[in-house]
Amino acid sequence: MFKNLIKISVVSLFLFTKLFAGIELLGAGATFPYPLYSKMFDVYYKTYGIKVNYQSIGSGGGVRQLMEKTVDFGASDAFLSDEELKKFPNPVVHVPITVGAVVIAYNLPGNPELRLTPSVLVDIFMGKIKKWNDRRIKELNPDVDLPGLEIIVVYRSDGSGTTFIFTDYLCKISDEWKKKIGKGKSVKWLTGIGAKGNEGVSAFIKQTPGAIGYIELAYALQNNIPFVLLKNKAGRFVKPSVKSVSLAADIELPNDMRISLTNTSAEEGYPISGFTWIIVYRNLYHGKLSYKKAKELVKLLWWMIHDGQKYCEKLHYAPLSEKAVKKAEKIIRSIVYKGTPILKQN
Amino acid sequence: MKKDKLFFSVLWITGFLFVFLFILIFFSLLKESFLSIKSFGISFLTSSEWDPVAEKFGMLPFLVGTLFTSFLSLLISLPFSMAIALFLGEYFKTGSISKILSYATDLLAGIPSVIYGFWGIYLLVPIIRKLEMKIGVPPYGVGILTASLVLSVMIIPYASSIAREIIKLVPQDLVEAGYSLGSTRYEVIKKIIIPYSFSGIFAGILLSFGRAFGETMAVTMVIGNYNFLPKSIFSPGNTMASVIANEFTEATKDIHLSSLIHIGLWLFVITFFINYLGNLVIKKYKVK
Repeated sequence: MFKNLIKISVVSLFLFTKLFAGIELLGAGATFPYPLYSKMFDVYYKTYGIKVNYQSIGSGGGVRQLMEKTVDFGASDAFLSDEELKKFPNPVVHVPITVGAVVIAYNLPGNPELRLTPSVLVDIFMGKIKKWNDRRIKELNPDVDLPGLEIIVVYRSDGSGTTFIFTDYLCKISDEWKKKIGKGKSVKWLTGIGAKGNEGVSAFIKQTPGAIGYIELAYALQNNIPFVLLKNKAGRFVKPSVKSVSLAADIELPNDMRISLTNTSAEEGYPISGFTWIIVYRNLYHGKLSYKKAKELVKLLWWMIHDGQKYCEKLHYAPLSEKAVKKAEKIIRSIVYKGTPILKQN
Repeated sequence: MKKDKLFFSVLWITGFLFVFLFILIFFSLLKESFLSIKSFGISFLTSSEWDPVAEKFGMLPFLVGTLFTSFLSLLISLPFSMAIALFLGEYFKTGSISKILSYATDLLAGIPSVIYGFWGIYLLVPIIRKLEMKIGVPPYGVGILTASLVLSVMIIPYASSIAREIIKLVPQDLVEAGYSLGSTRYEVIKKIIIPYSFSGIFAGILLSFGRAFGETMAVTMVIGNYNFLPKSIFSPGNTMASVIANEFTEATKDIHLSSLIHIGLWLFVITFFINYLGNLVIKKYKVK
């Protein structure tokens, strides 16, 4: 008994010293990719001994902390606008890590499979279509016995990247939405009620017959929540899945990877998808990072877009397409320390 | 003598430190909300438009929601907390029943608010929804009434435990004098105990009101987070504390952040004034 105790304390002491001796990278930002990041960072620590401390405080907080250089990298579900980029003391780069999606979840008696078009979706979320047995929903779902229930819209009450991707999509498909509401992490909803977090929205949908709301794909898949088949730009009704989300990113991509994937032109792509990025300074020599740490940070990013990708699917995130990986490689290679690239160019 | 002086100065410093901290909090809130004060001025209080995309901010719906839920919850909780206080302070001062009951009510104060939120979502919301279906209003389940009910349970221990202790302090000779004049128990409570302990009971009520006013997590989970003026007690709404908690982490625009802190400033000021007014009442009714 006593011997065991000594053993345990020696081992834990050893672990602690090892913990403090090793390099620790600090990151903060988006909550949406947090399950994936924590898996990746855990595996990375076990393989390379580099500890990554990631705080999922929200994209906004992550970006602000990066600006103040209190973290080594930030993570965000929305890319920085030109205006926001100007506020940074030094230029930054966006490295895409995975593709996420937002699904439309609902609660109807018997949970039938539901198909919706963008225009019907907009009118539901604007409060124009008020009942489930509305003619326009019926036309799209002739085989479904739609009840005369009132539609209760549920949105995210907390500022979130999920809301950003969803409203970004609605802006692209409806001028009226763009003019009246716009896109953002928090917007002025015209109808419905707000719930906190994916879990809050799904809990509310689950217990309210007639409710409709938007949640992350990963969350919906893990919890077996039924979702809508949405008509995409190419005119196909697409079921959100890891595959159709991955396909959404299979389009021409810009070199800086700051692109919104919503309403994708990809034929089989799910239309409410979006990259999530890790944001770092292009020149890591900014006063707060040693060369050793900068090198480890770049190595970590390189690992995340290559070997790390295999953890995406298990956690219901979509891996990067080949095109996206190529672009991301170029971005990582462009990261420098005192003017010299950290990774060897080939 | 020397030790006495040292003790005195320690008391002085700690006391002063808290006054200083109070002022510091006020000024840092003022400083951070300056941008919003400059752009909206007094219209921040009177406008009911909250639109982070168009960068228009007004907190009237949140102010109304906060006052609505805290007063309603106070109203609901008052009969219960007073009954508990009288039961424990007058009828059963000792004994196992009293121990169990007082322990249980005090325990209510120790439950984390997120637990109350869950309880609200999974138990109360479906019940309210059924009620709403019966009377024919939109069956949201969440809203002002649900939030007030959750709050009222949360604040019962604050009012009841203080009132209980104060009622126990009513001098026994006064009570016995009442009985000897032939009063019934009800008359003693009404004419002697309540008037004697009024200021203390009021202080307890004030404390529970303050708790309802600033409660964040549990309210956010059951109020519906609807950023417009509530139309009835069944309508969803929002409170000042819950909008701050909801939007603070992802507020990237400076004016959005500043407006949220501006709400915090008002929350601070209003709480201060309610407490000040409450203290005036306590002073006025204090038995000399």
